[in-house]
Amino acid sequence: MIKVQNLTKSFGPKIAVNNISFSVERGEVLGFLGPNGAGKSTSMRMITGFIPPNSGTITVGGFDITQDPIEAKKLMGYLPENAPAYTDMTVAGFLGFTAELRGMRGAEKIRAVNRAADLCFLNTVLHQSVDTLSKGYRHRTCFAQSLIHDPDVLILDEPTDGLDPNQKHEVRTLIRKMGEKKAIVFSTHILEEVEAACSRAIIIDRGQIVANGTPAELKNRSDIAGAVLVKLTGAPLAAVQQKLSGIAKARKSVVLNQTDTVIAIRVYPKPDTRNGDLASSIADAVREENWKIQELHTEEGRLDEVFRSITLPDTTQQERS
Amino acid sequence: MNSAVANIKTIAKRELSGYFASPVAYVFIVIFLLLVGFFTFMVGGFFERGEASLTLPFFVWHPWLYLFLVPAAGMRLWSEERRSGTIELLLTMPITPWQAIVGKFLASWIFLALALALTVPVVITTNYLGNPDNGVIFTGYIGSLMLAGSYLAVSCMTSAITRNQVISFILSVVICLFLILAGWPPVTRMLEIFSESPRLVEAVAAFSVMTHFEGLQRGVLDTRDIVFFLAIIGFSLFTTGVIIRGHRAG
Repeated sequence: MIKVQNLTKSFGPKIAVNNISFSVERGEVLGFLGPNGAGKSTSMRMITGFIPPNSGTITVGGFDITQDPIEAKKLMGYLPENAPAYTDMTVAGFLGFTAELRGMRGAEKIRAVNRAADLCFLNTVLHQSVDTLSKGYRHRTCFAQSLIHDPDVLILDEPTDGLDPNQKHEVRTLIRKMGEKKAIVFSTHILEEVEAACSRAIIIDRGQIVANGTPAELKNRSDIAGAVLVKLTGAPLAAVQQKLSGIAKARKSVVLNQTDTVIAIRVYPKPDTRNGDLASSIADAVREENWKIQELHTEEGRLDEVFRSITLPDTTQQERS
Repeated sequence: MNSAVANIKTIAKRELSGYFASPVAYVFIVIFLLLVGFFTFMVGGFFERGEASLTLPFFVWHPWLYLFLVPAAGMRLWSEERRSGTIELLLTMPITPWQAIVGKFLASWIFLALALALTVPVVITTNYLGNPDNGVIFTGYIGSLMLAGSYLAVSCMTSAITRNQVISFILSVVICLFLILAGWPPVTRMLEIFSESPRLVEAVAAFSVMTHFEGLQRGVLDTRDIVFFLAIIGFSLFTTGVIIRGHRAG
């Protein structure tokens, strides 16, 4: 549904988006990750046709956004960053206005407004003026606007920003549910959101794509992915370390915690070890010595660790430039 | 084409209801009518004149009243959209930018026309007291509306330049003041100092809205005057489009 090729955008000397390419098909929810100022919003603004790219092409449902903007925009719903809305209108008035711009009139318009309001839990504030709404409601009003015409493509710039934990959960569930039938791109810098809602994630840093894969794939890039955490009782540390280093599949082991009775050790696998193999070898080795296992599990890898390792923190960025 | 008209109508409707959703519209109309009344009856000497005509006591003040009131009505048109970020919403809808520009302009123009229409009691009074030439009054109203539209288009343009409404207001007052004074002798004399060519001076003087408005006030419905005002509106709105495109291109 969305095809982005070699997209580049610079503002003066600053390159905001540098030659990025990706595509999103129907049934996919693409998470757009990246530190602040990485080029997430700029990319989304280009996809939705708000700002023109310097070079590269974007097609939405086969329509080029620069050649055929109207047709492409008809297919898209867009929630801009900070969720702007006309503050002098009521929620119903605002949603009705966007429905009219989407070509709906009369009963069809009323149905669309009610449906979008239902989806975003706005029924109680439907006749309230937008500027009297709390941030969460205002955000959802703008979100409802993007759903008003039940679009095939949804571009959501930080859809859960400013929501309370319950609302965040609702919105994620909604995104995941809609993602079954639509192509959705949403940006966030909350990593748990990616795991909760995305079928695929792109990490973007300083205008470039630095990672692209399913959340599970990304997590596997984590240093601790596949490592085995083992907690033993009634074992002397030196003997344990010697035994563990004797395991063929283990690369190294690190003692995390040691008390009089319990030792916690993380064992890292050698490359190309199948998930679970290391854990069973460790279990076998420990059984031979008759030590007691208190805990044994293979770590999944953590997204935040991956994120930190492949995107540079602001300070290093400043040092570089 | 049908969808273009529908989109313009939708945008104009929203914009117009925006005026009335806030006190702006009511404050504007009340101030406008008070000032019109004051200038017509107290300064213009409507009664003392003893003639059934609106040209001198009424229409003659309009360029000066509009000078401050129209930029006040138009200054928020685009600067507010940019400040609140709704411009991003508006321009990612399946509409063309010019539909948005025309829609917003028309809404404000209709609003100004409404304010102007509320001065009709003055016409009724004149007709009650004497026998004015209602044709002249009619062309006067046409001219006044055109003048308001021209100022408004200029305000539309300046409001697209900045997200600060005060700057937008001041810029548009200055440009409108220039449009008033372009043909005024002190200005033309100043231009003569800088330029040898009388052509240039004439060209600048031709930009004065005053000469074009005067004809309409006197009841002369000259196509050239109407074309002049429409050209200012067209040019300003076109420039608005260019400015908005420039902002988006970064």
